[in-house]
Amino acid sequence: MRYNERELLSLARQPAEKAAEVLMRVPKKGSVLKKRLVKLVVNFLFYFRTDEAEPIGALLLEHCRITKEEENVFSISFMEEPERKYCFECASEEQCQEWVEALKRASYEFMRRSLIFYRNEIQKMTGKDPLEQFGISGEARFQLAA
Amino acid sequence: MKLNERSLAFYATCDSPADNTGFLYKRGERHTAYHRRWFVLKGNMLFYFEERESREPVGVIVLEGCNVELCDSAENFAFAIRFGGTKCRTYVLAAENQAAMESWVKSLSRASFDYLRLVVRELEKQLEEMRWGLTSGYGGCQGPSGSWRLKSSVLEQSPERLPALPAVLPKENGCAVWNNTPGVHRPPDTSGCNECDDEGNPRPPPLPPRRRASSSEVSSTRASGAESLSTFCQLHEQYGREVYRLRQNWLERQRGPQP
Repeated sequence: MRYNERELLSLARQPAEKAAEVLMRVPKKGSVLKKRLVKLVVNFLFYFRTDEAEPIGALLLEHCRITKEEENVFSISFMEEPERKYCFECASEEQCQEWVEALKRASYEFMRRSLIFYRNEIQKMTGKDPLEQFGISGEARFQLAA
Repeated sequence: MKLNERSLAFYATCDSPADNTGFLYKRGERHTAYHRRWFVLKGNMLFYFEERESREPVGVIVLEGCNVELCDSAENFAFAIRFGGTKCRTYVLAAENQAAMESWVKSLSRASFDYLRLVVRELEKQLEEMRWGLTSGYGGCQGPSGSWRLKSSVLEQSPERLPALPAVLPKENGCAVWNNTPGVHRPPDTSGCNECDDEGNPRPPPLPPRRRASSSEVSSTRASGAESLSTFCQLHEQYGREVYRLRQNWLERQRGPQP
């Protein structure tokens, strides 16, 4: 699949919502835990070798499952292949929990649902649609009955 | 750079609702011939397929940090997705009619994650301000409409002029340096709730941390949507009860001392 790599690389260089050095294992036969820098930018998780400026790869965090595994460890798997897990071992349990929380909220879909929720709440409290002021109240993607 | 292509393809073709779909002509990279492709916009990802029935997209354009503009091209109803930076390319697309072109320009220019996040933060702030506007009463809280208009005007600017992401940070020891985006983890502003203490009333419940733990579930299915929504609803209920109680206390005091 073709994709705009230059733009993605540029995105990877931007300030991250969250970044850390962790041990990472990809779901490939025989793969082992390796030290990586992971960086969360919008709905992408980039991963780098610790001494390199360009990422090895990126995971689009849509339709994925974030699972807390054993102590300090969480995994990311995708809906169409739930057994294929990307595993991450953090420095501490606290760090692990923070990542799990952050990643669960990292998807575009989650953000969309939050918007619909807040819109609804504000409308209930005020009788006004807060999206009207932004000129986007008609957009199908923000309607309640999705 | 590796990308989880299989998951991307799945996301593109699964039955989750798309934000826009349709045929567009895409100008080639090297040759300026236009190819008709079936486009599917989901979130900040613009997928394109050879045919409408194709199983897998030919490609995807990640829509972060781009401008969408009309362009004068020999082709009618043409518009461009332009990325900043040197060597970054511009995608030239053409619709089949005026209405389609306008619809695509509109949806693409608001497709970025960044834009959505700005809107969500704005609504979040409005909701918090309303919840803590105890002096204006609970049920009839309108909020400071003047400041609403001010805020909305910030967002009403064309998305192209949304604050740009900070410039590329310098490298250190060969590694890119990164920072947390300012403001992401900033807790909600709680300066307004000190008023509640003036009469020795109990402090309002502390605002929860922005991030709340939720039980592990698929992050994007409807089920987890309901889970996170019910957490918000519970929060709303919880604060609602507190607000109701405080208001009852206030009303009682207004009635004056009972004989």
